[in-house]
Amino acid sequence: MKTIQNIGIIIFLIGLGIFSALPFMGTFKLDQGTFDGIVAEKRIKSDLFIQDIQQNVVGKEYNGMINLSSNISKALDNANEAHVKNKEYKKKIYTKSSEMASLIGKRSGSGYIVNNKGIMWMLTFGLGIIGALMFIVPQVLTLGKKGIKNDGIYHQSSTNRGWIAWLVFAFLVSFYMVLYFGSEYAVNWTYLVDPISESLSGNPAGHWFVYGFMYCVIMVVMAVRMYIKYRHNMYQMVRTTSVLFFQIIFAFLIPEIMVRLQMPYYDFKNAFPLDYDFFFQWNLKSLINSGGIGLFILVWGIVLTLVIVPVMVYFFGKRWYCSWVCGCGGLAETLGDPYRQHSSKSLFSWKVERWLIHGVLVFAVFMTGITLYSFFAETGTVMGIKTSGIQNTYSLAIGSVFAGVIGTGFYPIFGNRVWCRFGCPLAAYLGFVQRFKSRFRITTNGGQCISCGNCSTYCEQGIDVRAYAQKGENIVRSSCVGCGVCSAVCPRGVLKLENGPEAGRINPTQVLLGNDVDLMELVNNK
Amino acid sequence: MEHIVIIGNGIAGVTAARHIRKNSDKRITVVSTETDYFFSRTALMYIYMGHMKFEHTQPYENWFWKKNRIDLVKGYVNTVDHLNKSLILANGSSIAYDKLILATGSKPNKFGWPGQDLPGVQGLYSKQDLDQLEANAPDNKTCKRAVIVGGGLIGIEMAEMLRSRKIPVTFLVREDSFWNGVLPAGESALINEHILEHHIDLRLGVNLGEILADENGRARAVVIKETGEEIACDVVGLTAGVSPNVDFLKDSGIELGRGIKVNRHLETNIKDIYAIGDCAEQHESIGNRRPIEAVWYTGRMMGETVAQTICGNKIEYKPGHWFNSAKFLDVEYQTYGWVFSERGMKEYEQHFHWRDDKELICITMAFHKETKQFLGINTFGIRMRHEIFDRWLTEERDVFYVMEHLKDANFDPEFYTTYETKIVSKFNSEFGTNITPKKKSWKRIFSNA
Ligand SMILES: Cc1cc2nc3c(=O)[nH]c(=O)nc-3n(C[C@H](O)[C@H](O)[C@H](O)COP(=O)(O)OP(=O)(O)OC[C@H]3O[C@@H](n4cnc5c(N)ncnc54)[C@H](O)[C@@H]3O)c2cc1C
Ligand code: SF4
Ligand code: SF4
Repeated sequence: MKTIQNIGIIIFLIGLGIFSALPFMGTFKLDQGTFDGIVAEKRIKSDLFIQDIQQNVVGKEYNGMINLSSNISKALDNANEAHVKNKEYKKKIYTKSSEMASLIGKRSGSGYIVNNKGIMWMLTFGLGIIGALMFIVPQVLTLGKKGIKNDGIYHQSSTNRGWIAWLVFAFLVSFYMVLYFGSEYAVNWTYLVDPISESLSGNPAGHWFVYGFMYCVIMVVMAVRMYIKYRHNMYQMVRTTSVLFFQIIFAFLIPEIMVRLQMPYYDFKNAFPLDYDFFFQWNLKSLINSGGIGLFILVWGIVLTLVIVPVMVYFFGKRWYCSWVCGCGGLAETLGDPYRQHSSKSLFSWKVERWLIHGVLVFAVFMTGITLYSFFAETGTVMGIKTSGIQNTYSLAIGSVFAGVIGTGFYPIFGNRVWCRFGCPLAAYLGFVQRFKSRFRITTNGGQCISCGNCSTYCEQGIDVRAYAQKGENIVRSSCVGCGVCSAVCPRGVLKLENGPEAGRINPTQVLLGNDVDLMELVNNK
Repeated sequence: MEHIVIIGNGIAGVTAARHIRKNSDKRITVVSTETDYFFSRTALMYIYMGHMKFEHTQPYENWFWKKNRIDLVKGYVNTVDHLNKSLILANGSSIAYDKLILATGSKPNKFGWPGQDLPGVQGLYSKQDLDQLEANAPDNKTCKRAVIVGGGLIGIEMAEMLRSRKIPVTFLVREDSFWNGVLPAGESALINEHILEHHIDLRLGVNLGEILADENGRARAVVIKETGEEIACDVVGLTAGVSPNVDFLKDSGIELGRGIKVNRHLETNIKDIYAIGDCAEQHESIGNRRPIEAVWYTGRMMGETVAQTICGNKIEYKPGHWFNSAKFLDVEYQTYGWVFSERGMKEYEQHFHWRDDKELICITMAFHKETKQFLGINTFGIRMRHEIFDRWLTEERDVFYVMEHLKDANFDPEFYTTYETKIVSKFNSEFGTNITPKKKSWKRIFSNA
């Protein structure tokens, strides 16, 4: 078994290695016809840029995207600079240089990778999946009898912030940097999944398709790990199945198929304000222009946020969204599960959490307010603030850096819910409902707690569950995503997630059940 | 300002300190020698197993004590001088008190076995014991086999710990079935099976004869008393129970039995000195309880109680219905009320036992032979609601009522398989009744809350 697992690791690392090397590989040669096509498609009016590219890029063969993209961005920057200087604003190119580079790169790729997409897929995704499964599946036996499987978590480098964890951190952060800020380096990755993308939406894959596909693959593989690890715990099994379902069907397949059907790309479960650009002008316009389905999405999006989400939170707690449906939650609960113990439980981080998450919510609402005002008033500035400026700031700082680079990149260091805990505006909103108007609570079982600390340690949301449990008090916290792991790891059966009557949901106690009844009454009812 | 000094920063001492702070402005000092801050002793095993780090076992952050004006002194108390109301510490310093609370806990039992003090032989009680185990048994190359002596809760925890590092374990149990002085036979048998499933070499009905040393004076083997069999090992775990940690009080004038003798107000024979937790011994047992109760919960309850007395609201220690819980490897155990083993069974006590045919799940219910009054329940692999059973015991419900409403008491996580129907149908066929379990009702569950 150990050998199979070790071979699995090696295979996985080979796949990962090839995948990581791809951005530096491949041959690219832009021919005139393709370039003319791009010029026409993008309506490029900059003669300087066209000339520059034709002279320096067209017909040349490049090894790897690095040289190609630097030539393109140089050409683009020079051209724009000259146009601005000459006040030829009509000629200025507004496409970002990395976007331009990935567009040109995607169409000019040639050589082995482009011609052997299937083989390359096998060598990257294929090896990764096979290797990971060879490591994971034998755990059915190696982990022994079903039950809590946390042995050695604080002894292993990967799960105890050792060097492996830091490597994973570095990899994830770089990956997200490429995704958000350097899509030209993802061009080779897009080739691998072109066949899949074409069979779904009919279009070749972009880097977001790579991400979406990878997301599903990782979740599936890591869900297998969850199924094995928590096979004694039906709640975890059902919940894991649910997040998988919503990710694959709702977040991945349906939007792609909608594109094929000439409908707008839309993830029906992605609620505003997590879906922060829902009310952006381009989105509203595209929805309004898409006829019946567009209107339906518009209404659905609004009803989802204003009615469905809070009503469901009232009945089931915010868990129905955060750990049963949401994609961010889904990744956190699968890929992130090995890191859940790293969320800080200190009072200090709770304070930081409340400022940050509510700050983001205020920011999101403010931005959307301004966006809607400019949409209806048909203006680009509100009270001297540029709408696009504030949108760009939000997209960059919150949408990309916080949710992506930090939110996932920091899994191995700060735990698997950095974004959900500190940043997600939707979570902040659901949290209010859960805290003040909901039937959900984690019931503490009388006086049974032995203050061992397993629950707090493994709470991914950084809730000091023990602080409540050892006082005999139910846990009613806005940040609880109802993952159920505190209940699973408790060795004394103290915690139960449940939906019940609101009365008595919060039950502050000082003297716990099991002691003198009069004393309990005296102290607890004071 | 009155100065309250507490010896021992375990659950008993710390609970007392917290509650005194809540109810008063008195000066509070906690003197303890083991660790700087309160930690959860019950979680020691999880540190060795790598589930947690030591810091995770500390229920309060380090700033808590200062903020709540609870002074912490790290040191060992050598002498209690009650005539001068002062403590003398091992480092020579002294601390004056107005009221003193003794919460000094327990220490592992040693029964005078030859070799019991050799290097490589150890108990599992304190943080130091844990560090010792880390040194003695870091992995299965350094420790090729460990022998554990004493089949109680700490013994099985120690076995689980060592197994988590794949160290072969031989488990010597004096009784002819695991913990059958406490558990009824069916349950004890279930745990026996489970221990074997975990590849622990369980030896029932045997005693430790002696521990042999190698040429360096380290433990190298144990000898079984009954058979003379020698078992080679690198570590010997002594887990044959605990007894109150009171030796330093021998000449203090405080009345001692096995523990520190206290009355129902937790007062010792000396004015202004109280004792709580593992180290306290009741003059007379309360109900079915033992005079010394070395469990977490009673330490906490005594702390809650003595704090009231100290803050001017003199009350008796009146524990409610007995409850307890533990975990045997992967099987969780809870108990509410009294279910005695065959050895300790009351003459009026009758049992109903059910065990699932596939999973390691079982329950035993005790009830009165004549009146059918429900007396208690043991559950293995099913979680039950403390509040419900506490209420049923107070209301003196009969066993039929309990069976009928069993679903109200289930505390397993959502989507778990439920067993009430199976349990009740076995009960029906055994006792010729015709009970159908009622649907779980929130109204009933919260009726008293
Ligand atoms: C491994 C293990 C697992 C356990 N699991 C459970 C469980 O699951 N459920 C349960 O109910 N119970 C369990 N127990 C028992 C439970 O931990 C004890 O009942 C409880 O900790 C006793 O608390 P206490 O405050 O009375 O004493 P302690 O926690 O022992 O604290 C006493 C403190 O006083 C210090 N002290 C003693 N003498 C002096 C002195 N002269 N000067 C200065 N300091 C001194 C000691 O060093 C110690 O730190 C377990 C015990 C162990 C060892
Ligand atoms: S409190 Fe429990 S259920 Fe809630 S997020 Fe933390 S571990 Fe999950
Ligand atoms: S895991 Fe259970 S026993 Fe341990 S501190 Fe949490 S609630 Fe208490």
